[in-house]
Parts: sequence; structure tokens; C-alpha cells
Amino acid sequence: MKPSLFEYAAPRKLDEAVALLAGDPSAMVLAGGQSLVPALNLRLAAPGRLVDIQHVEGLHALSVANGWISVGAMVRHRTLELSPEVQRANPLIRAAMAHVAHIPIRTRGTVVGSLCHADAAAEMPMLLVLMDGSVVAQGPQGRREIAADAFFQFHLTTARAPDEIVVEARFPVLPPGTGWAFEEFARRRGDYALAAVGALIRRRRGGPHAVALAACGIASRPVRLRLAEKILAENDFSEAALHAAAEAARDSVTAPDDAHATTAYRRHLLAGLLRRAVAAALSRAQ
Amino acid sequence: MSRGKIRRPLPEVSADPRIAVSLTVNGEALTREVSVRTLLSDFLRHELGLTGTHVGCEHGVCGACTVMIDGVAARSCLTLAMQASGCRVRTIESVAAEDGTLHPLQEAFRDCHALQCGYCTPGFIMNILSHFESGEPVDLSEEGIRDVLSGNLCRCTGYQGIVAAYRQAAARLALR
Ligand SMILES: Cc1cc2nc3c(=O)[nH]c(=O)nc-3n(C[C@H](O)[C@H](O)[C@H](O)COP(=O)(O)OP(=O)(O)OC[C@H]3O[C@@H](n4cnc5c(N)ncnc54)[C@H](O)[C@@H]3O)c2cc1C
Repeated sequence: MKPSLFEYAAPRKLDEAVALLAGDPSAMVLAGGQSLVPALNLRLAAPGRLVDIQHVEGLHALSVANGWISVGAMVRHRTLELSPEVQRANPLIRAAMAHVAHIPIRTRGTVVGSLCHADAAAEMPMLLVLMDGSVVAQGPQGRREIAADAFFQFHLTTARAPDEIVVEARFPVLPPGTGWAFEEFARRRGDYALAAVGALIRRRRGGPHAVALAACGIASRPVRLRLAEKILAENDFSEAALHAAAEAARDSVTAPDDAHATTAYRRHLLAGLLRRAVAAALSRAQ
Repeated sequence: MSRGKIRRPLPEVSADPRIAVSLTVNGEALTREVSVRTLLSDFLRHELGLTGTHVGCEHGVCGACTVMIDGVAARSCLTLAMQASGCRVRTIESVAAEDGTLHPLQEAFRDCHALQCGYCTPGFIMNILSHFESGEPVDLSEEGIRDVLSGNLCRCTGYQGIVAAYRQAAARLALR
């Protein structure tokens, strides 16, 4: 239960951090360490070099401007969760973050670290997919923005190149009147989701409404529930539409049976969570 | 190549790169040279002899190793000693007064039978204390208390006593 040997570097400049990462093919970025240090302790990860980015200049900023919430790589979960500005701009974020681990883990773990870790049951990657957010990555070749949908590829696998550092994540400010909801089922408080659903609804006079639905814990990556979105957007949230959407969502569950739940149980959960999330989002939509 | 082939002997002590870490622990500034892979929990216990910080699961689940880093509760087993360089670390040893008088939170734990074997207690105390000292509103509903406590496991008490101790201490410290 102790990490194997590694070389440790704590650079102050982003260029330096990128060079250190590129200089060793087995190097890994260390942010809050709340996923990486357990992996080191269990020797599931054994990088030759750790590049600690906590002192890198320019990665600590959290800002809301021009319709986007910009979250720097070293912004801890708890900072985003408690920011009054973020709460005004996008109240779904705080609601979802209450489900991310426990407070003493959220005080250290970073939002971007959670996105880069990309657990298929994690809440923050699902939020980014739900909201069509993006990340900005910096590598030796320069900077690029990667849309959420392209970023998350598989459980613990993203489109980030090994020599890239994600410098910021971008979540949109919600348009006024948007109804939002986050519904999760986990066996214990702070556990990863057995299944969770996020919902955003904006009613449009004469339809179709704007509906976004996403889920985590049910597949090899966070997914949008596109068919359910379409059914609800075009059918005015009637009881029949809700039923059809919940049924349609069941097919999105591809996670195999595991020690915690069967596929059939996850399908059942997802349908129930979807109905709850849509009802709650509708009650908040104007 | 046979897997059974005799190899050269392994070194008895691995050649860890060593590095100086400077931080403040319980108000005392100090510098120590440690292996880069030293966890903060092991640093506190082995280098500084502060064995009040307990090590349970070593992967962040049990909360027994919780300390405060710059005033906020954190897992010392999920923090490399190096990550705490330049930080103020507080451990359970700093909670009671110099003369041994217990902190109201510790007293409440005793009064409410919030511990039995005591292994998890330092982690609970540091977690709750950081919440009390955060300046954030203290939610004394069952739900609110359970949310704060959810990051710490106790296998003796069934948590009822800990919830009661939380309430008693919050009342004594006039928190709301
Ligand atoms: C007991 C426990 C329960 C938890 N429960 C949940 C939960 O319910 N939901 C949930 O979502 N999470 C949960 N987590 C994980 C937690 O949210 C982590 O904090 C988070 O996943 C990782 O953030 P970090 O800053 O600690 O990243 P680290 O642990 O430092 O890094 C994680 C990974 O991302 C890479 N990385 C980090 N930052 C960058 C970057 N800027 N650029 C490139 N790569 C980077 C690292 O190399 C590593 O591979 C739990 C953790 C624990 C210990």
C-alpha cells in the first residue's frame, strides 16, 4: 500500500510542466491526487515521473464571463461548489457536486482532475457532456479545445494526448428560465453513481422544447440520452411522452452485470431517475 | 528465457530520490528530508512521531487519517508529503489544550459515547472541527450532519452517538 518509485517535479511554469510531461512517456500529471494517489498506493499506477501542477501559474482561476464558466486546472471541487457566482450562473453544478465523494475529498480533488480521470460513473464528466462543455488542452504543439462529446472515449480514457495538460474546463452559463435537475442513486453517500441523470429543459412556445438529458454509471462513458430528449422535445412532456422517453432510455444501459448491480437493475434505475429528473427540471423551468 | 532463472539480488533498501519538504505542523515550522513517495500520513507518524493520525484503508475511503491542510479537512493518506510543502498542517495532537483540557468537541464525543475502540476518532474530530471552523453555516439537521460525517467510517458506534456529539459540540460552541 505504498507508491512505487517515481521522480517528482513541481514546476511553476506551464511550458516547463508540459516539457516535463513530454520528457518521460510514463509521466503523469498530479493535481489534487484524490484519484491518482489511491492508484499509486495500490500500485495500479506506477508512473516514472509525477508532474505536480499545483504551483503552476495561471491554473487557479475560476471565472464567469461571456456565457461561460471557466474552471482552471487547479480549481478544487469545493471551490466551484461554493462559488456564489457559479450558483447564479448554473445552479445545476452545485446540485450535482453534492454527490461527488465527500467534503474532505472535494477540498483537495480538482474538477479538471475528475474530467481527466474520466470514470464512467463520475458526475462531473456527465455534466460536461450534458451541457456541451469543453476542455482546453496544452501540449508541446500548442493549445486545442476539445468538445465534451469527443473528450470522453471510454472508462478512464480521454482524447487527451499523454503529453497534454488540460488547463481549463468550460461549462456554459444556463440561459434564463432553464429548468435543471440532477438525480442520482448510489448505495452510500459519496459513492460513485450506480446510475445518475442530469436534465436541462427550456420550454419554447410552439415547441419543440430544448431538452438535454445525460447519464453516468450506465455505460463505458457518460452518455447523452438522445432518443429520450427527442421524444420529450416534440411531445410537450405528456405522460405518454414521459413513459416513452423512460422506456427509450433503457437501451442506453450497456454496463454489464457487476458486483453492485445487474444490467436489468440499472435499466430500471435509469428509467426511474429519468422520470424524476424531468419532473424536477420542469418544475423549475419558466 | 526461463522465469525460474536466478537473478541478481534485490537491494535491501530501494534508492529513493530524497527531497526537502518544509511545512508548518501544529504551529511549528520544520524542514525534513524525505523520500519523494512519502505520504503525508506516514510523514506525520514516522518522521514526526505524531501517531494520533491513524492509517486505515490508505485509499481515501475510511477517513481515519483526516487532518487539516491550510484549515480544511483532507486525507493525509491521499496527499504526498511534498504536496503539503509550504502548507499549515494540523493534527489531532493540537486539538486539546496544552494542559490536557479537552476541546468541547472531544468532550462531546466522550459524553455521548461517540467512540468505542477510538481508531476512527481522530479523523472524525479533524473533519468536524474543520467544518465548525470554516465559517460556513452549520446545518444541524440529521441530513446535514450525516452529510458531513459521510466521509468517515466507524465500525463500533453505529454513528448515533457521533451525531449526538456533533449537536452537543455545536451547541456548546454556539454554532449555527
Ligand atoms: C473515497 C473516494 C470517493 C470518491 N467518490 C467520487 C464520486 O462519487 N464521484 C466522482 O466523480 N469522483 C469521486 N472520487 C474521485 C474524486 O472526485 C477525485 O478528486 C477526482 O476524480 C480527481 O481529481 P484530482 O484533482 O484529485 O486528480 P488526480 O488524482 O490528481 O488525477 C486524476 C487523473 O487525472 C490526471 N490529471 C489530473 N489533472 C490533470 C490535468 N490538468 N491535465 C491532465 N491530466 C490530469 C492525472 O494524471 C490522473 O490520471 C472519489 C475519490 C475517493 C478517494
